[in-house]
Amino acid sequence: MEATNTHDIDIKKHVRTYVLVFVSLLALTLVTVTVSYLHLEMRAAIFVALTIATVKGSLVACYFMHLISEKRLIYSTLILTAFFFVVLMWLPLFAHSNPIIYKNVP
Amino acid sequence: MEIPYTVTPRPETGLFNAKAGIWLFLASEVMLFGALFTTYILLRVGAVVWPHGELDVPLATVNTAVLISSSITMVMAWASLKMNDFKKYRRYMGLTILLGICFLIIKGFEYAHHFASGELPNKSTFLAIYFTLTGLHGLHVIGGMIVNSYFWGPGSRMWKTEPERFTNRIEVAGLYWHFVDLVWIFLFPVLYLL
Amino acid sequence: MSMTHTAQAVDEAHGHEHRQSFLRAYVFSTDHKVIGVQYAITSLLFLFFGFSLMMLMRWQLAYPGEALPFIGRLFGDERMPGGVMLPEFYNQLGAMHGTIMVFLGVVPLSVGAFGNYVMPLQIGAPDMAFPKLNMMSYWVYFVGGVTMLIGFFVPGGAAASGWTSYPPLSVIATTGQTVWLIGMVFLITSSLLGSVNFIVTILQLRAKGLSFMRLPLFVWSQFVTSFLLLLAFPPLEAAGVLQLMDRLAGTSFFLPSGLVVSGQPLMNTGGGSPLLWQHLFWFLAHPEVYVLILPALGIIAEIIANNTRKPVWGYRSVVYAMIFLGFMSFLVWAHHMFLTGMGTAISSFFQTTTMIISIPSVIILSAFFISLVGGSLRFNTPMLFALAFLPMFGIGGLTGLPLGLATSDIHLHDTYYVIGHFHYVVAPGTIFGLFAGIYFWYPKVTGRRMNETLGRIHFWGSFVCMNLIFFPMLIQGLAGVSRRLYDGGQQYAHAQGVLHLNEVMSVAAWTMGVFQLFFVVNFFLSLKTGKKAAPNVWEATTLDWAATTSPPLAHGNFAVVPQVYHGPYEYSVPGHAADFTPQNEFLKGS
Repeated sequence: MEATNTHDIDIKKHVRTYVLVFVSLLALTLVTVTVSYLHLEMRAAIFVALTIATVKGSLVACYFMHLISEKRLIYSTLILTAFFFVVLMWLPLFAHSNPIIYKNVP
Repeated sequence: MEIPYTVTPRPETGLFNAKAGIWLFLASEVMLFGALFTTYILLRVGAVVWPHGELDVPLATVNTAVLISSSITMVMAWASLKMNDFKKYRRYMGLTILLGICFLIIKGFEYAHHFASGELPNKSTFLAIYFTLTGLHGLHVIGGMIVNSYFWGPGSRMWKTEPERFTNRIEVAGLYWHFVDLVWIFLFPVLYLL
Repeated sequence: MSMTHTAQAVDEAHGHEHRQSFLRAYVFSTDHKVIGVQYAITSLLFLFFGFSLMMLMRWQLAYPGEALPFIGRLFGDERMPGGVMLPEFYNQLGAMHGTIMVFLGVVPLSVGAFGNYVMPLQIGAPDMAFPKLNMMSYWVYFVGGVTMLIGFFVPGGAAASGWTSYPPLSVIATTGQTVWLIGMVFLITSSLLGSVNFIVTILQLRAKGLSFMRLPLFVWSQFVTSFLLLLAFPPLEAAGVLQLMDRLAGTSFFLPSGLVVSGQPLMNTGGGSPLLWQHLFWFLAHPEVYVLILPALGIIAEIIANNTRKPVWGYRSVVYAMIFLGFMSFLVWAHHMFLTGMGTAISSFFQTTTMIISIPSVIILSAFFISLVGGSLRFNTPMLFALAFLPMFGIGGLTGLPLGLATSDIHLHDTYYVIGHFHYVVAPGTIFGLFAGIYFWYPKVTGRRMNETLGRIHFWGSFVCMNLIFFPMLIQGLAGVSRRLYDGGQQYAHAQGVLHLNEVMSVAAWTMGVFQLFFVVNFFLSLKTGKKAAPNVWEATTLDWAATTSPPLAHGNFAVVPQVYHGPYEYSVPGHAADFTPQNEFLKGS
């Protein structure tokens, strides 16, 4: 275990990042709650809330789950999953919003 | 014959077995919650009215903070093992479990309040999806806590015999725990704020 | 049965290590081979059971309203009073036949049994990556299966809403549906655990030198299949939970507003969407079709290469086709829903993707056909099944095209044509592939070969009967006869011209049942009396046959950890004395 020392420093650096991420997560939580009390128009509210949630989610995934320095295999699996996730979420909605219009029915 | 790559990563993939496994499992979890979010969207788009501000936002904000805190203690537990500090690991892991319990208690209060005021899942589509999503998430929290408690208690004996393997296990348990946190990060605005 | 044989091997290998208790060695074993055999036995029993349900239904279809002689009365008054089948019971049989065949029979056999037993051997692995998880997958599957069967004994009988369980009918159905949903949650969980295990095993435990482009096609098929299970099953699990909520907690996820049942308005909030269930269900169930067919294609590839003594033609094209097939299978599901009021834009989208997905299937099938050209074929039983598979799967695939086109689907939707098409894919398709696999790997599992004569009788009987059952369905469907009709279409004027086919199909189905007995007898008889088989009885090239004994060693699979030097199908290599070059045989210049 010669590498222990540099390794330790490495981990300590990581720990600083973790604390930083933690603080920003709390701050973002407060922001999103505060914004919700402003009673924005629905579209804007959805946009703001989901953007903040996405940022928070990415922080958790990138740093706590250290996705930022992960292997290619995991990226490809997750990209595939994300793609199917989008498919699952949007295609039923498209189908729902594309009904048959009976133009020529008396 | 031993199964290879339980501790050291396989050079081509750069992963040890359990890590590949947990990410695949999380991929399937993404699809599970994805289907429920799809349900939420489709029902909401099709609904005539959608209730707003029925839930207790301050309480849920506290709960969000609790779950986020449990995430950082979890990652600190793993980092402590990386730094060869088993005592610190025990402390952080214990804290993670306590925070999990705290989350469930707060959630329990919320549920009790709903039940007391007659807000049952069959009363509206919103309450139906609310109970389903938070209930399923709660089950995931409980599952994670069982695993964490095992690694805090009897499972931690492995530290003495196979420290690296044990550290890997905590990393994997952590990945799951963070995912549960991540789901909540989306559930919170979707159910409480919007 | 083959258990006893594996058992001996386990004991022999363990004699000098430590003796495992019976329970550990055969019941709660973590060895992938034992688990594979457990899966095989259980799923074969379920296949047989599901087939029996269908034979009962065929009586009602051939002779509607007539009492079933001898055994009819055994079912009791609430199912078959006086031996005459009640419509409710017919519906239960239909729903459970589909569910059992798909989720408890074919998938566990092709993935659980073949995948578990053969795949780790073919990649030169000591076991699956997570042996305990593997054991759990089996037992969760087992519990799910038993739960499904319990459905028959609850008040109101088993689930009767078809294997698709469309709401709102399924939500207001009797208790059997709740049992069905709980069973499904178990089965899905089992599949998820299994698929994680399979993918990790293939990624992590390949032997040295076994790169992805040297993997046997069977392993590739398992790899793609596992991804389909992993990502397509969770939405159905979610849907199952939602339907359980609808049934138990009184929610209305799938119930629209203003529903009236038997003249009574239903007391629920409404506002749900029955189509949502269809989306979530078919998001799984279409990939599921490829889960059913891909492992069979993998098995067929192994057998064709082995018995033509040639490499599979276009190995890379087949691999890429399989991957593309898996990917596309997530994007076609709503072709099951053309009649649900989807507009032209979204219908065109799903119609286009459906036409695109037929391309990789054709590539794979063409590659197999071309592989036959110029080979000196060995016509043993596995090969006969494999050869029959090709045109039968072809018919199954081609009859699917009109269903994928929105315009023609309007006429054919929910007719017997759909049943005929689907069964051509799965019965003389997948099931023939699985039979081929059983005949092919039986010597590896038991150390003995199955009887060829009995095998041939089984093959020819099944082959003829399969076509007599399913081809008339296509004809009836084109005539417009709906599926799920209790009387087989007696009341409909347009069905009268094709009604006589019902009897033909039924007699063929029962005859096929008789021919399966040859398989059952062969299966058990060969355990004791079969010809002893050498470890590499078919002179094959893949690593499963490099395992030094048949059955393989209990622990570790291989006496020497194999190293791989070649692609999977190096048959008849020019300048080489033997007409096969095992993957682990070192050749100069390789």
